[in-house]
Amino acid sequence: MAQAVANTHPEEHHGEHEHDVHLIRKTAMWVFLGSECIFFGSMIATFLLYRNNLNGGPGAELFNIPFTSASSFVLLMSSLTMVLAHNSFEHNDSRQGRVWLAATALLGSVFLAGQIFEFTEFIAAGLTLPTSPFASSFYMLTGFHGIHVAVGVMMLAAMFLLSLFGKLHHDRGLNVELVGLYWHFVDIVWIVIFTVVYLLQV
Amino acid sequence: MAITAEPQQQQLEVYTGEKGIWAWITTVDHKRIGLLYGTTALFFFILGGLEALFIRLQLATPNAEVLSAEAYNQLFTMHGLTMVFLVIMPIAAAFTNYFLPILVGARDVAFPRLNAFSYWLFLFAGLMIYSSFLVGGAPDGAWVGYAPLSTQITEVVRMDYWAIGLQLLGVASIASSANFIATVFTMRAPGMSLLRMPVFAWMALVVAFLLIFSLPAVGIGLFQLFLDRNFGALFYEAAAGADPLLWQHLFWIFGHPEVYVLVLPAMGIVSEILPVFSRKPLFGYEFVVFSGAAIGFVGFGVWAHHMFTSGLGPAAEAGFGIATMIIAVPTGVKIFNWIGTLWGGRIRFTTPMLFSIGFIAMFVIGGLSGVSHAVVPADTQQHDTYYVVAHFHYVLFGGAVFGYVAGVYYWFPKWTGRLLSEPIGKLHFWLMLLGFNLTFAPQHILGLNGMPRRTYRYDEGLGWDFWNLVSTIGAFLIALSILVFIYNILRSRKNGPIAGDDPWDGRTLEWTISSPPPVHNFDEVPIVHSLDDFWHRKYTEDETGRLVALPPVSGGTLTVDEGGADGGDVVDDDHDGDGHGDIHMPSPSYYPALTSFGLVVMGYGLIYLSWGWAAVVAGAMITLWGLFGWSLEPVTREEH
Repeated sequence: MAQAVANTHPEEHHGEHEHDVHLIRKTAMWVFLGSECIFFGSMIATFLLYRNNLNGGPGAELFNIPFTSASSFVLLMSSLTMVLAHNSFEHNDSRQGRVWLAATALLGSVFLAGQIFEFTEFIAAGLTLPTSPFASSFYMLTGFHGIHVAVGVMMLAAMFLLSLFGKLHHDRGLNVELVGLYWHFVDIVWIVIFTVVYLLQV
Repeated sequence: MAITAEPQQQQLEVYTGEKGIWAWITTVDHKRIGLLYGTTALFFFILGGLEALFIRLQLATPNAEVLSAEAYNQLFTMHGLTMVFLVIMPIAAAFTNYFLPILVGARDVAFPRLNAFSYWLFLFAGLMIYSSFLVGGAPDGAWVGYAPLSTQITEVVRMDYWAIGLQLLGVASIASSANFIATVFTMRAPGMSLLRMPVFAWMALVVAFLLIFSLPAVGIGLFQLFLDRNFGALFYEAAAGADPLLWQHLFWIFGHPEVYVLVLPAMGIVSEILPVFSRKPLFGYEFVVFSGAAIGFVGFGVWAHHMFTSGLGPAAEAGFGIATMIIAVPTGVKIFNWIGTLWGGRIRFTTPMLFSIGFIAMFVIGGLSGVSHAVVPADTQQHDTYYVVAHFHYVLFGGAVFGYVAGVYYWFPKWTGRLLSEPIGKLHFWLMLLGFNLTFAPQHILGLNGMPRRTYRYDEGLGWDFWNLVSTIGAFLIALSILVFIYNILRSRKNGPIAGDDPWDGRTLEWTISSPPPVHNFDEVPIVHSLDDFWHRKYTEDETGRLVALPPVSGGTLTVDEGGADGGDVVDDDHDGDGHGDIHMPSPSYYPALTSFGLVVMGYGLIYLSWGWAAVVAGAMITLWGLFGWSLEPVTREEH
């Protein structure tokens, strides 16, 4: 009986049963991003708990909304260039793809520079990690987001170099689509953080 | 199954990979990684057990002086931490690693090198936490590490070992969970639909999701704790207006799903064993599977029942109390399904079966005392007493550990090709059952009589003397039973009866391949037609519903071997040559071990921040070296 059924699937029966290696890695990346949601969710919850807990130190009046809006805009635009990079590689246009990869990494770096500038300003105004529960949770949340952006920039740079030396393989390791998924996630998280931390001033 | 002696001899010579220590360090074979997890877990089980024996010696008599208060704090902290993170989670990972790919008909997990990375990180992080004993003292703030106790700065950096060690263990678990989820979702054999997967594979999947969504919460808590301790952050500093209760929330949002992480794989194992030794299909397979998934979902909504005495207010307490009662429903469904499986079956009381039945009985006791915690006023009385200790040992030792031991007896022949001794196994079972109940049943009484947890001594005349002594005697009986177990393993590994492919007349795919399995698991990827596929290849029913054996086909694998008429040795050792030249298994790699080593060096640096920056930098370099080597090396080396 089983033999009869087996014979109806000759293409699956003979030789190696091939798995979709790309799908496997994409599944794992989505799972990882699901885990990251809880990671950032826990920090956002902490921030919401402590947002009015200033311990006598400075609070949200330090925020320069126009400046952070501009750097948020830069980060969101990097999602656009990321899509263009992925699109170029999908069409086997590595040259164009590298240009967009570099643009994405550059926009990410501009955002990071903005964050470093912002942190310097805040520290000068007396808001440091040990100032208050508000300060601790603010620096931890935005700091971990910054680390995620920095890791993303490093991955983009690695993609750029691998592509330049012709070692960017679609079928193993990280590829532009997986880095793109990560990058978009980090951008989306920033939308939440920007809204919760900077814009909601109740 | 009529198996002749000749192929059995051959099967012990199946090629299972290179020999030598370097081959084990660089292995990416999910079966070897599974064995490494299992062996390491047994090693830590002995350490955690010794800690428990010291605790019981100290508590055997009133005002004993075996341990100082300081040593006692370290030992009960390390006992809890060891048993949860370094024993039960890894032993579950051992079974999952070894059998998840085989049960779903895959040749390996989705990411073999990531799998190796998870193992090495677990091992190094475990050793790192234990190394704290050598540098002045182990963590002593209980495995739950409640703030603000855990944020207090002491001369010895104990709680930093705990915070960093758990963080690293969490990274290892998240990596392996993503790996297992990808394996289940994308690498099942043709025909293996989700509802044809064995229950154990299902439970492994649920556990992977639980870890993915719960570990980051405690990860954040641990980072906050670390920042408080080392950088003056104020997350848990009540004097600055912070709320230390936040720690309890973050910890238990992880901690409660974690208890299902510990027990669900054991439930999966028992759900595999009961049908085999009852010669009946699992009663209500779908109910068992969906109950497991339901436990996973509801498990995220009950965390605050650990905090009923911390003043959450009546609304929250009522809500979490009700959710806790609700989670008993799917658990009860499973228990009735297991009883339904036994009902009317042709039961064989083998050692794995005994341990499985022991699991059900002990877990029911633990489950019932657990329901009593859902009643807030009762829980307020029981909180932090030995009643709670008794409860969770009934679910985690009487439950989980009995289930995993059942798994060892059940699958040992698949690992080694030899059966564990049945008489010694039965002795082990009865000793362990007796010892376990002597140890923990009296703790219910002690707890209800008001004996608090985590105190290192008690006065005479409180009515606790007798039951404490009984409990200590029971603990030594457990230790004796574990010695019997280890003796059984060591003896049977070399001299046990030869098992053959299918010693138990099994139902699932692992019994279709040789014992031990070849490196690539399946010569031909199996095609699955039903739940319990292997059983239906062996048996059919006649008109009256009686089982009728079908003639055996080509040595147990039903896929046709086109290569020749010599049906008996499809799983012979032609793996590396002409016969199956199209099977490419991933090459060994030392980069996963190197990467995890780098992370642990970084961890040490973070613990001793004042002068540890060099170690942090060095560890980061090693990690990056490992990661780059990892991503640039070819997955499958061209052999010829």
